[in-house]
Amino acid sequence: MTSRGGSSHVGAVFSMADIMAVLYGGVLRLDAAEPKSPGRDRLILSKGHAGAGVYAALAERGFLPVEQLATHYKDGSKLSGHVSHKGIPGVEFSTGSLGHGLGVAAGMAFGAKLDGKAHRVFCVMSDGECDEGSVWEAVLFAAHHKLGRLIAVIDYNKIQSLAPVPETIALEPFAAKWTAFGWRVLESAGHEAAALLSALDAPPDAEGRPTVVIAHTTKGKGVSFMENSVLWHYRTARGAEFDAALAELEGAS
Amino acid sequence: MRDVFIASLLEEAKRNPRVHLITGDLGFGVFDKYRAELPGQFLNAGVAEQNMTAIATGMALEGRVVFTYSIANFPILRCLEQIRNDAAYHDANVEVVSIGGGFSYGALGMSHHATKALIAHPGACYLRLDKSSAGDTSRAGEVFELGRIRTIREGARLAFLTCGGVLAEVLKAADSLAADGHEATVASIHTIKPLDRERIIELASTHDVLVTVEEHSLNGGLGGAIAEVLADANVHPRLLKRVGIASDSYVSEVGSQEYLRTRCGLDAPALEALARQLLAGL
Repeated sequence: MTSRGGSSHVGAVFSMADIMAVLYGGVLRLDAAEPKSPGRDRLILSKGHAGAGVYAALAERGFLPVEQLATHYKDGSKLSGHVSHKGIPGVEFSTGSLGHGLGVAAGMAFGAKLDGKAHRVFCVMSDGECDEGSVWEAVLFAAHHKLGRLIAVIDYNKIQSLAPVPETIALEPFAAKWTAFGWRVLESAGHEAAALLSALDAPPDAEGRPTVVIAHTTKGKGVSFMENSVLWHYRTARGAEFDAALAELEGAS
Repeated sequence: MRDVFIASLLEEAKRNPRVHLITGDLGFGVFDKYRAELPGQFLNAGVAEQNMTAIATGMALEGRVVFTYSIANFPILRCLEQIRNDAAYHDANVEVVSIGGGFSYGALGMSHHATKALIAHPGACYLRLDKSSAGDTSRAGEVFELGRIRTIREGARLAFLTCGGVLAEVLKAADSLAADGHEATVASIHTIKPLDRERIIELASTHDVLVTVEEHSLNGGLGGAIAEVLADANVHPRLLKRVGIASDSYVSEVGSQEYLRTRCGLDAPALEALARQLLAGL
């Protein structure tokens, strides 16, 4: 998808690929035949630059034809680089500018709570995104209103756009920050399906706190020369690089 | 204006339980009655305008009509991206209300109709309320419509086109002009978008002079929007004069709304003098 279309951010897509697989494969209650069914779980991808990961997962679950993925990023396509809901069933919300998803997810969860509904609202975020002040406004709000069915998922690969997180704006002690803000924190290995499933599908907190799943991931996971590399935040795999990456991914599956 | 708005919102919210009001920790005393009667349809989001707008969007996407409320630039510029990317791009029913447009920190009767119209209008809207007011200028039987210019006085040769509470100054200027036979048209453009193109073109075709009056920067303001409509339509009045706050400066002086209007040529005597000068030059 990203090679044919020439899009960037493949490292960010691979980083959260296992999170997407577990969410769309085993956690989210969704119905491709009725994408807007009122009782569905909601998912907002706040790190919209990894939109290819949502499109691929939705295609796997039957929301759009797998063949349509080949149009990603091409002229006239509906599959934009940053995730967009227009014309794509199953995409709950469009993002691209970071720091927007959690507040809207909190608004959805707040509305659902007022209406006494039981569905969950997930928001998948990047670590670098937590530099945005708007994220912490939403964190305060969700804890104050005890939005127990709101689940933030952090793709904590510890690499930002230009440099590693600790060299950019340090987030540690990260889990302690969320705890101090009144959230339940669940930490998980970011590429182990069983661990992710148990964290992402955990029953709501008994005290009603919102939940954050901090998933320790590897940027560019699955392709040796992309892993933990700042370069592959933006680089597109082409030619020999593409063949080598595909061979590694196919070998792993 | 503010009190009329809250009263009409309360009326609508009682009828429609999906209407919700969120404030960004402003409006001391303003919401007492609303909160007492509809505690379940009120929320204080705290001093966090980005999150207020995001919460409103999330709630609107789940079926509510959500009003966000604050003063001056807070509910607009601080969270402009949330309004654009979150509310507007998703056609969410978020109605952004800012009290204190221009130098105020209100068109009385019309606020009530505007509140109803916003609720009925799908998608995101912005309502800028002025603390000052031209009083109740509605005429018996008049039907308020979003996007339809209200003609408050009918005259000849010169037409004032204005928006907001500064309408009061324009009407005073028109009174003085009428006293010695120069009856001017006064049009109130309460909706900047969608702009009533047809009526603007009609006014330009039937008057020699158009004077736009706005308590707003001339940069990207009402006068510029009207000039664009006329340029696109290839309709050219003999004179088009924009009155407002000079484009590339901030008003750094402080003072009452009346004082600052005078400083910017936005009071009735200045508008009257300008009209006489323009008419004499024809």
